[in-house]
Amino acid sequence: MRLPCPICGERDRREFYYQGHATLLDRPAADADAGAWDDYVHNRDNPAGETRDLWHHEAGCGAWIVVTRNTVTHEVLGAVLAEKAKS
Amino acid sequence: MVNLIAKTPCAGLLPKTIGTVTVTEVNAGQMTLLAPHRGQKKAVSDALKSAVGVGFPAPNRCLGTAPRAMWCGQEQALLIGAACPELAGAACVDHSDAWAIVQIDGADAVAVLARLTPLDLRATEFKRGHTARTLIGHMTGGITRLGAHSFEVMVMRSMAGTLVHDLTQAAENMAARALQGR
Ligand SMILES: [Zn+2]
Repeated sequence: MRLPCPICGERDRREFYYQGHATLLDRPAADADAGAWDDYVHNRDNPAGETRDLWHHEAGCGAWIVVTRNTVTHEVLGAVLAEKAKS
Repeated sequence: MVNLIAKTPCAGLLPKTIGTVTVTEVNAGQMTLLAPHRGQKKAVSDALKSAVGVGFPAPNRCLGTAPRAMWCGQEQALLIGAACPELAGAACVDHSDAWAIVQIDGADAVAVLARLTPLDLRATEFKRGHTARTLIGHMTGGITRLGAHSFEVMVMRSMAGTLVHDLTQAAENMAARALQGR
């Protein structure tokens, strides 16, 4: 499996650390209610199809990226820098 | 006054010639990590260029020979082989002696490195002047292409022994395969 780092180009999966769904970019406001925080911390969809995940190019440039991939076909559809991504 | 004796990271470990490859330590001299502040990269590059002759490198590129500016991560580069000029728009951190840097030359250099890194080292993809942050065995480090059969490999100084060990083992494996094939 190779991931397309927007800075480094296509790189082997071993260079990356997997964090979880890109929901993590959507941090609730500090005064949001418990339900919003419960969703943010614990609740995730389990899609059969496209999903967006946060990966860290740990052994590469150090960037956090959002990778779009398909959980059914395993196709990797693209990646953008997390700092530029809208969750 | 006491004169301290400088000891290079790979002192006593290199040079080595194994099969078709030679591994030698590179004494890079003064090194400084440059991290331009937000929006300051162009200004830092211009100041660097006028002071030492090389600008701030694009991602995955190494500029110049002596001195050199080597990209080494997102919005970061190493100035190698020159005193760091006054750069108002960047954080500058002395990295002299922080890195173990070795050069590997020879016909099997790519084959040896391919045993240690997932990086695509084909000449069409990774050309002279290209550099990459990647894995070398279990270590994170940098690989830079110097020529068709010549590379520079760098890891943090504390891992010098492991770097030499891993390169030696990979080179011995390649040499053994060549013997067996005769
Ligand atoms: Zn990267």
